Amino acid sequence: MGNKQTTFTEEQLEAYQVALHGRYRELAPHLVPLDYTNNPDIRVPLSLIVTMPELKENPFRDRIVETFSEDGQGNMSFNDFVDMFSALCETSPRELKTIYAFKIYDYNRDNFICKEDLQKTLNKLTKGELTPEEVTLVCDKAIEEADLDADNKLSFADFENMISKAPDFLSNFHIRI
Amino acid sequence: MPPKRRNHDIIEVENVGMDVDAEPDSDSEEEARRRSRNRRSKSQRKAKQVSEDEDEDEEEEEDEPPRRRGRRKTTKTDEDETPQRRGRGKRTKPQDSDEDEEGDKRRAARKGSKASKKKAAKETSDEESEEEKVGRKKAGRAVSKKEKEEQNKEQKGNVKGKDGENKDKKKKKKMSSSSSSSSSSDSDEESLSEGEIAALKEQVEEKKKLIATLRNKPWRMNKRLSLLKEAQDFVEKFEGALGKGKGRRLYAFKVMMTKKLIKFNRDFENFKTACIPWERKIKEVESHFGSSVASYFLFLRWMYGLNLVLFGFMFGLVVLPEVLMGLPYGSIPRKTVPRDEEDTAMDFSVLFDFGGYCKYSILFYGYYNNDRTIGVLQYRLPLSYLLTSVGVFGYSLLVVIRTMARNANEGGDGGDEGEFIFSWKMFTSWDYLIGNPETADNKYASITTSFKESIVDEQENQKDENIHLRRFLRVFANFLILCSLGGSGYLIYFVVKRSQEFAKMDPKTLTWFENNEVEFVMSLLGLVCPPLFETIAELEDYHPRIALKWQLGRIFALFLGNLYTFLFALFDEVTAKLETEKSIKNATEWALHQYYANYSSFYNTTDVPPPKVAPADVIRGPCWETGVGREFVKLIVSDVQVTYLTILVGDFARAFIVRFLNYCWCWDLEAGFPSYGEFDISGNVLGLVFNQGMIWMGAFYAPGLVGMNVLRLLTSMYYQSWAVMACNVPHERVFKASRSNNFYMGLLLLVLFLSLLPVVYSMMTLAPSFDCGPFSGQEKMYDVVIETIDQDLPAFIGNIFIYASNPGLIMPAILLMILAIYYLNTVSKAYQQANTDLKKKMQMAREDEKNRRNNKDSTNQVMKDLEDLMPDKSLAPPPAEEEKPPEVVIDKSVKPTKTKPGTAEKGVNVQKEVSLAAPNPRRPVTRAPGPRGGPPGNTRSPQPQPGKGRGQGAAPRR
Repeated sequence: MGNKQTTFTEEQLEAYQVALHGRYRELAPHLVPLDYTNNPDIRVPLSLIVTMPELKENPFRDRIVETFSEDGQGNMSFNDFVDMFSALCETSPRELKTIYAFKIYDYNRDNFICKEDLQKTLNKLTKGELTPEEVTLVCDKAIEEADLDADNKLSFADFENMISKAPDFLSNFHIRI
Repeated sequence: MPPKRRNHDIIEVENVGMDVDAEPDSDSEEEARRRSRNRRSKSQRKAKQVSEDEDEDEEEEEDEPPRRRGRRKTTKTDEDETPQRRGRGKRTKPQDSDEDEEGDKRRAARKGSKASKKKAAKETSDEESEEEKVGRKKAGRAVSKKEKEEQNKEQKGNVKGKDGENKDKKKKKKMSSSSSSSSSSDSDEESLSEGEIAALKEQVEEKKKLIATLRNKPWRMNKRLSLLKEAQDFVEKFEGALGKGKGRRLYAFKVMMTKKLIKFNRDFENFKTACIPWERKIKEVESHFGSSVASYFLFLRWMYGLNLVLFGFMFGLVVLPEVLMGLPYGSIPRKTVPRDEEDTAMDFSVLFDFGGYCKYSILFYGYYNNDRTIGVLQYRLPLSYLLTSVGVFGYSLLVVIRTMARNANEGGDGGDEGEFIFSWKMFTSWDYLIGNPETADNKYASITTSFKESIVDEQENQKDENIHLRRFLRVFANFLILCSLGGSGYLIYFVVKRSQEFAKMDPKTLTWFENNEVEFVMSLLGLVCPPLFETIAELEDYHPRIALKWQLGRIFALFLGNLYTFLFALFDEVTAKLETEKSIKNATEWALHQYYANYSSFYNTTDVPPPKVAPADVIRGPCWETGVGREFVKLIVSDVQVTYLTILVGDFARAFIVRFLNYCWCWDLEAGFPSYGEFDISGNVLGLVFNQGMIWMGAFYAPGLVGMNVLRLLTSMYYQSWAVMACNVPHERVFKASRSNNFYMGLLLLVLFLSLLPVVYSMMTLAPSFDCGPFSGQEKMYDVVIETIDQDLPAFIGNIFIYASNPGLIMPAILLMILAIYYLNTVSKAYQQANTDLKKKMQMAREDEKNRRNNKDSTNQVMKDLEDLMPDKSLAPPPAEEEKPPEVVIDKSVKPTKTKPGTAEKGVNVQKEVSLAAPNPRRPVTRAPGPRGGPPGNTRSPQPQPGKGRGQGAAPRR
């Protein structure tokens, strides 16, 4: 064992990076240079990132991109870009995915998933096809189920507790590139 | 070392651990800290070596007194910077022994620099070089094995420290520290011992672990990259040093292979899923119409699989041997169209009615010959025919029951179980892999549908109802339905009776209506009753899933009437045919007898050749089995026609009209009266079930029926899934179907049992036709089996059968089975009980946990309540007013916990506990402003004292 894995990881990493850089550059050829040796500070805006086929159909695509971008506005540097796909890849661990999932569903970034966040999530999931009463019912029930400390919003602990028992979180929170 | 010092040494170890923190001349504070932590962790087992080491240190200490002071200064600052660490080690530090402390420091310093003792000049400071001198001196002095080990420990310490540092997330500084440590390790190469190699290995291991887990940390990529780089540099260096890169390629290959394997497995899973027939179609239907409609299609698919197997049996064991090895068409009378039918035998109308060539084909019972064995293989076709027919039933029973049992494990009536129905749906239902717009649309639809299903369930749970009214309405509805069922049953009975009377009369004197009365009434009932039942069921206001079950059961009862009339008519036909057959049999026998008599008297010989008659001209009986088979086939075909036409007209044409006439109509067709059709789950499921019953019954008389049914199911799968997607709208209340489909299976089992009865009856009691079918010439059909046992099997097997059929053996066997069933039933009940108990416990535990987290609030609430109950409360109105506002606030905060009915008890318990302990401490606080409450209290004091005061230990104490 030992160090062998390192080299392998490195090779893999390079391969990934080359592939990913290709994808990254594809989004904005006029912005992204081919040469990345001196780490140029380039950010691709959200509107371009979400056109990727991997994200195009995702109802939370804007939130995903915003969450992973360093400035929180969805302007992604290449590092953010790699970051995003590494967190969403198949082998990344549950804890990491949980953290990012929480961030994604926390729309107003107050470190709590509150009712407004839930409503937004639900409306994106169902394309707004539920009636307002149904939405309220679902949100109330969801909070009632998962809220352990009775503050009427989901803290990260609540969220983690809930997600850790979900059967298909790992298989669904996953993007292949 | 003298053993008496041992004790002291152990304490010293702790000091060492602490003091290394103060290491001034190592490259960074972190390194020292790391070392210290590692030290502490290993201190116990290192104790002995350390003691030795310390002695040396003490010696050194004398060598360099001046440096001590300066270092002490730095020590102070460093220690200030790391207060929390110091706190841990400090408590055992004996401050009085300054020498010891200094010695430790010295030693630690030496160790830190020991790494660079060979060629450290360019990397280390002046101080370090000084240290180096010391180190070398010491190295020269004591190069014992123990010393070496000590060094190794140090190395390990570095590694451990790094790890700890990682955890502390002090990453930025690691760059420098690791590079320095790597350089120092480099310098160590020359004096590598086994222990050192082990240490290095460990170190590398740590780094590797970091690299492996790096991606698991939620850091920004920049940070990760820098960390990764330095870790990799480090490992790279040691790799060279340790020469461990040999197996690298192999390892890389291995890893690659595992990845390939994973990918292959994934692809294989995909392939397997793609192999499940109609999975996509059903999923699509499910996503738009909900699991209830999908359950019908799942049932249909299951039925298709079952029929495929049955078809395999029938075709492989009966039809194919007869085709391959039996006599060809036209060779014997039963395989030939009779002369008088020959003209019309190829007419379409006749063929469509399964007359003509169809009737004398492989499809029907009559075609099969009664030769005991056929072909070169000596295949016993009659025996195989009987056993296969029985085997079809046996297999079906087995499969249905097995499926039911397996589904029972999945359990539940379809309602969601688990704690987080909605949260899971909300957060984990979207599949991030979806990249195809159509799939995404389907997913949206299915998520919406599943939410709606759960909402329906939830609303059902929340519905607070007038239980008495509801109960009354349900009883009333059941009464109504029983009445209508009884009425229709009587109607059927009455009509069948009448039709029997009509049958005796001359058909020409009867009107058309009288001729077709039974069919007319039956279809009328089938048309009117289901909607009627549905309307009545509205009264009951069940959850739609339960309502569907009731509806299914009721219509099933109605359809049983249908079955009854059909069988009744069939039985009449059979008895009539049996009689004509008897007369024809007698006639032919008489004719044959005459022929023989004439022939022998004419030619005066007893050697009479069989009469030369063309097979088509032979007089033959009606062959009631073929007749019955034809009835079944016709029924199935007409059923298919009706079903498909209904879909075409009732759904497609309706949807077409509604969709396109809506532009020029006076009211809104889509929202108003005709609207689009809903998928009729109960009707379709029952249609399928009864159709299968027909197949089971008919398969014996018409072996080709199973093949036709396979075709039918196949087409209806495509046709119906198209129709439902194209012309129907989802139900108003989309509900979650039971996962197990066990109710459908139960109905199927019932039908299977019912259809088993007439077939077995005919096998056992009715005489087979004398001139057609595999059993012709036998007294009873099952005689084939007895014949085989008698003639072809060894005698002892026959004996076994005789014994086995002895009532003395059968009775105990049945008794044993009943006992076994009873026992198993009891056991399963016990398990069920345990299961529900466990579930309850889990629920309780969860609520408990929830409550514990809110404990403060709830206890506060309880105590407030308690105070309200206190007698003194009334004594002092002003403080009570003060208390009011906080009470309200707490009320609010507590409400959302929503203690369910189950927790009410718990609440009470808590109250009790609190009442024992709490009052005392609280009292003085709330009541402290005493004098104001005094005067009013005085006036009322007599009242509480005797009344409630007795329970309150606190009151007198005040």
